[in-house]
Amino acid sequence: MLGQAPEQSQNLDILMNMGPQHPSTHGVFRMLLRVDGEVVVDAEPHIGYLHRGSEKLAEGEQYHQVVTLMDRLDYIANFNNEWAFCRAVEKLMGLEVPERAEYIRVILGELNRVASHLLFLGTFGLDAGAMTPVMFAFRGRERIQALFEAVSGARMMHNYFHIGGVKEDLPENFHALMDKLMPELRRDVEECDKLLSFNEVFVARTKGVGGIDRDTAINYGWTGPCLRACGVNYDVRKAEPYSVYQRFKFDVPVGRDGDSWERYFVRVREMYESLSIVEQAMKSMSGGPVMAVGRRLIRPTKGDVYVRAENPRGEIGVYLVSDGTDKPYRIKVRPPSFCNLSAIGRLIKDTYVADAVIILGSLDIVLGEVDR
Amino acid sequence: MAAAGHKPEAQAQTRTLQPRELELTSIVIRILRGYRVHAGALFDRVQIEIRAEDLVSVCRILKDDNATRFKTLLCVAAVDYKDKIQMVYTLLSMEWEYTLAIKVDLPAERPEAPSLTGLWHAADWYEREAHDLFGVNFTGHPGLKPLLLYEGFEGHPGLKSFPFHEYTEF
Repeated sequence: MLGQAPEQSQNLDILMNMGPQHPSTHGVFRMLLRVDGEVVVDAEPHIGYLHRGSEKLAEGEQYHQVVTLMDRLDYIANFNNEWAFCRAVEKLMGLEVPERAEYIRVILGELNRVASHLLFLGTFGLDAGAMTPVMFAFRGRERIQALFEAVSGARMMHNYFHIGGVKEDLPENFHALMDKLMPELRRDVEECDKLLSFNEVFVARTKGVGGIDRDTAINYGWTGPCLRACGVNYDVRKAEPYSVYQRFKFDVPVGRDGDSWERYFVRVREMYESLSIVEQAMKSMSGGPVMAVGRRLIRPTKGDVYVRAENPRGEIGVYLVSDGTDKPYRIKVRPPSFCNLSAIGRLIKDTYVADAVIILGSLDIVLGEVDR
Repeated sequence: MAAAGHKPEAQAQTRTLQPRELELTSIVIRILRGYRVHAGALFDRVQIEIRAEDLVSVCRILKDDNATRFKTLLCVAAVDYKDKIQMVYTLLSMEWEYTLAIKVDLPAERPEAPSLTGLWHAADWYEREAHDLFGVNFTGHPGLKPLLLYEGFEGHPGLKSFPFHEYTEF
């Protein structure tokens, strides 16, 4: 066979199993590819390898214990997940969160966004065959993780946002840590940006690959950077401002073509915006309590509520049903990656196998939240 | 346990809709004339309750009407209330910046709803998930295969009748 062109290539489709342990699937995700030579004819995604029944488990836990489960959904952006759940309960209870706690949440949430995007940048570079950026990206991410550890005591799975505020006030040396961190972080982001964004080989691998038009993307329920890359200017922080986001000036980076490179570059620009939000928040943060008073046992009234928030991967939604007891009756999490990933079959159809890896990487999925 | 001495929260939540939400309520009632629609509030969001047989046509109107343009299906949640299964569809209109929740009650013994895959691609995986976890049957869905669970899994773990703390797989 070697060196000989197959006579009837359309009859030589082979089924190829990609994953669930494939390094470029970013978790345990499996795709069944039907390939004709190098071209993917058909692709069928399989998820569920990481299904732990988090939503069901939450029905047996008290409200403050559920926060730990939310940590484990999107394990790259723990703070943002805790935040969305806490806001759902607070809304149901009519609980006013102290201003300082809101500022702490914004600072940590935005830093988490930078950490998440840095991880994406590094691994996406790896997908495209660039081995260096991941080293720089992880150095930057590590600085953020070290700060998170100083604040919450854990690098990941912080369990720091509590219903009504945050667990405890920031450490005394927080301002000193931030003064050291922010310039370093900005330099790290710039370094990664310069290293990868307009690299000729990288652009050649990603530009024009995996494009999707805005109407199809909206129909698939896309949100977040993936949708904004298609030219849709939509950000929950702007459209339905929560917490204290209205007080900060920031832009929403929007792409145009909706291809893999745009999805990448929207995230890079988002990192600068997030850093700017953190800087503004650090300047205007004031003292005060970090926990709402008087509610030790969380027992919201009967009812249901749907809360939306902008996560690094897109819009997370928490639909919470309370029956008036100290345990949630039902929690449904709308995970952003779930919807973004559901279009993968369409995206990688009729592309090269090597591009399938790029396209999957550009969606920046976290299987923990896809499978829940 | 620690509940001794704790008073259940007495004050009722003020479920007052904002002017924009009231505006949406009147729009929805206007364009859905001819359907049995019960409008209310999901906390501070507008919600409507409709019958299962109206679901597809109502959603088509909401999606295509210029006054609403709900182009995004944000979330599909199934809730097991033991005597019924409730589907909660959350729609988003990015142009008008509206969100709307649609609730559909299904009988608990044989939950069946029309599929929305013809309107939104996003409905595909959501409905497969609800089929997996709650046993809801979606008529017209192109392939209700297991999504989160493995092939051959017995039962629907989302249901309240499904034990989970006692349940051990291995």
